[in-house]
Amino acid sequence: MEAIIFYILAAILLIGTLCAITARQAVRAIVYLVVSFFALALMFYLLGAPLIAAFEVIIYAGAIMVLFLFVIMMLELESPEKLPKPRLSDWWPALALVVVVVGALAVLLLSHVRAVPPGFTDIPVRQFAYTLFKQYGVAVEIVSMQLLFALVGALYLGRRK
Amino acid sequence: MSVPLSHILIVASLMFAMGLGCVVAWRANVIMMLIGIEIMLNAVMLTFVGGSAHWGIADGQLFSLMLMALTSAEVSLALAMVVYLHRRKQTVNTDRFDSMKG
Repeated sequence: MEAIIFYILAAILLIGTLCAITARQAVRAIVYLVVSFFALALMFYLLGAPLIAAFEVIIYAGAIMVLFLFVIMMLELESPEKLPKPRLSDWWPALALVVVVVGALAVLLLSHVRAVPPGFTDIPVRQFAYTLFKQYGVAVEIVSMQLLFALVGALYLGRRK
Repeated sequence: MSVPLSHILIVASLMFAMGLGCVVAWRANVIMMLIGIEIMLNAVMLTFVGGSAHWGIADGQLFSLMLMALTSAEVSLALAMVVYLHRRKQTVNTDRFDSMKG
């Protein structure tokens, strides 16, 4: 049952991402991407990471994508049809890269590597928090300092002369 | 859940390839390039969480949390820069940003 839900979510994720990267306007791309991020959050929940799933919904779909929408609407990109669309010749290198990645995947799957047994273990939030604040406390401090620097930099870039 | 780890890795690498294609194909539009970077980072997060669930260690989930913090900082700076560039040149077309001022 969970496997069926996982594959449905994977299909939603990939189709939403494909629609997002081929959308004609940036706002539509953002909305498609929000749909695919919700599917991704549910996949995280299935993989036994409820905290990451909640953060994915709150931070990614709720904050970062809304920040994108906010900037797109604030800039008033007048006449969005004047923006350069990727021509067919622009898609060729991208398609070549995608073919390289998919080919590497196919080679990896066709060669008989040692099969890892399926099965996942849930990680309780207690273990997560213990690892976060016991083992990686320095990383938390560094990340908080980096967020402060980003705040100062954004204020500096956004000030009016 | 009875999904093998390789299927999760396949989904993540397909998503990563799509983000890479987005960055390469939309290289004339700054906002779509940033969206492509977001897609790639989410694929990496899926890989981390899958590995963390497979081996039963919390480090992968933790690193995806760090990745989220890094991404929010990166996006805030990049969008501030987009607003700044748009204020100077009235466009987000990367081909117009072709001069430096000493």
